[in-house]
Amino acid sequence: MQNPYLPYPVRIDDVVIESEDKNLKTFRFVFLDPEDEKKFAYKSGQFAELSVTGKGEIPIGIASSPTEKGFVMFTVNKVGLVSSYLHSMSVGDIMGIRGPLGNWFPWEQMEGKNIVIIGGGFAFTTLRSSIVYMLDAANRSKFKDIHVIYGARTPGMLLYWDELVQWEKRDDIHMHITVDGTDDPNWNYNTGFVPTITEQKAPVADDNTFAIVCGPPIMIKFTQPVLDKLGYAHDKIIMSLENRMKCGIGMCGRCNIGKEFVCKDGPVFTLEELNKTPKEY
Amino acid sequence: MKIIKIDKKNWASGLEDLAGSYRLFGPVKEEEFHNFKELDQGVLPDLTCLNTRLSPKSLIYPQSEVMFEYSLDESQEDHHIMKEVDKDYSPRAIIGIRPCDVKAFLLVRKNFDSPEYQDPYWIRAYEATTFVGLACEAPCNTCFCTTAGCGPYHEEGLDLLLMDAGDNFLVKVITDKGEKLLADAGWDTEVNTDEAAKQFEAKKQATEAKITSFVTADRLKQMDTIELYNAPFWEEVAFACINCGTCTYVCPTCWCFDIQDENRGKSGMRMRNWDSCMYPLFTLHGSGHNPRDTKIQRVRQRFMHKLKYYVDKYDNGIQCVGCGRCVRLCPVNIDIRRVCNMMNSYGSSDNTCAA
Repeated sequence: MQNPYLPYPVRIDDVVIESEDKNLKTFRFVFLDPEDEKKFAYKSGQFAELSVTGKGEIPIGIASSPTEKGFVMFTVNKVGLVSSYLHSMSVGDIMGIRGPLGNWFPWEQMEGKNIVIIGGGFAFTTLRSSIVYMLDAANRSKFKDIHVIYGARTPGMLLYWDELVQWEKRDDIHMHITVDGTDDPNWNYNTGFVPTITEQKAPVADDNTFAIVCGPPIMIKFTQPVLDKLGYAHDKIIMSLENRMKCGIGMCGRCNIGKEFVCKDGPVFTLEELNKTPKEY
Repeated sequence: MKIIKIDKKNWASGLEDLAGSYRLFGPVKEEEFHNFKELDQGVLPDLTCLNTRLSPKSLIYPQSEVMFEYSLDESQEDHHIMKEVDKDYSPRAIIGIRPCDVKAFLLVRKNFDSPEYQDPYWIRAYEATTFVGLACEAPCNTCFCTTAGCGPYHEEGLDLLLMDAGDNFLVKVITDKGEKLLADAGWDTEVNTDEAAKQFEAKKQATEAKITSFVTADRLKQMDTIELYNAPFWEEVAFACINCGTCTYVCPTCWCFDIQDENRGKSGMRMRNWDSCMYPLFTLHGSGHNPRDTKIQRVRQRFMHKLKYYVDKYDNGIQCVGCGRCVRLCPVNIDIRRVCNMMNSYGSSDNTCAA
């Protein structure tokens, strides 16, 4: 019997400080056994348990894309015991990864459709995975127009800056980067909260358009009325939830919203599905 | 169906024979209460016990158990890599378990043995176990098993069912696993099945007639989750709760757990420990946000889980077997029977009695 709690051993291959407050770091991991990388076949939107030996595990969205081979990547906010310790670890250190866990963005259903990605703050990790996946030469033709609205408090808090700039230059993706505010006179992008920019830039809804929304609760709260106004049906609004987790496989009992486990039945839900569950997230 | 008679004179010697091929567990009196324990040589299960204070769930699912071990010593080749530990999954038998507690394992199995993931610790311990049930004769006033999906002679999940018949036990052979245990114990006196089955049936009816406590759960499935979640009675239900978690620890169907790394010097173990939805830490996010930060939310979660979410998710009835432990041991007298009836009758015209 396979043990679903046993992490794959990995080595930290690279660590990048991602934000000006240094609370966000991106970790790149390489599997010690190359066979494990094959077993860890994942889709954009899934997460994994990062296992810091001697400290514990944390559930983190996978930031790399299935199209990127040879490593997996996670961006971790420094908040608790495990994430703080992880922030002190270095290239070469050994730890574990358990997964991939949970469901993914509905890629099969979204083929041939327009995609609007709306992200805020550091909830941009699985969205980065999704963008890289869709822009891959083998996949881009599967999707129609791609819009990305991504905001953070300040320019220095935007994740994956170099990639954002590259995507800005492409003509097969419409980037709408924004910050809440900045005193940088050279800021060439938008200024304003994500809901406001969404109202200005997001395409009007039709049956062929999906919106994927990830962000802090306050952003989601004010973005939803905007999407309603633009006519997005609730089964076309895709969201990814977070809850405290331990097992990641629907057994330990803490991450449920009603009868759904965020770890196993989610983390990706449509707004239509969420409307039927208690808001315990 | 086969029914075996065990002369009580052969009870102790049979168990002694079994001890050669099984680890034996049974109810044992500890100070003023009974609990399930591994039976030391020569110790007999105390079958006079109506039921144990804690449920026998810990025999399959220990309150604290090692999942993995690891070394933090970088001079070791496999440092920081989780390693599986050897565990004893040799055959074991629980003697004198009550039918409600056995049924509870079947409810819990839905959680630990799902189509997508199998919990190896729970499943291997469960599969290593032979369940030798003891039919109840004197249910107490908090037993409501007959309306909670089982009963004092319920056979589901059992390998053998024992009934006290004076100088003898009559034993219903339910599975091959049970048959094997009987052979290992040398208990092989077959009796006239028709006659013995009648005895079983008569005592079953007599015992069921003594049960005076019931729940009604027939409407729970059809109810709207959000409406029930927003029902006005939760504040009143939760008012006296002190979030002690007793109900979850004594419950045979509560399965929630925590995972923690415990270090000692340069080595350590990843442990799994029982946890409880009654505690605020259970759902506390790293950010400080807590989706169930008030006790109303936590009390509601426990009852909604047992009586609505489980019902909807698995279509397997309620997640309760009516053992009554939480009713007897709650320090503030919160009573799942009353809550179940309130939930079940919510929104209908006949909800006056429950409130």
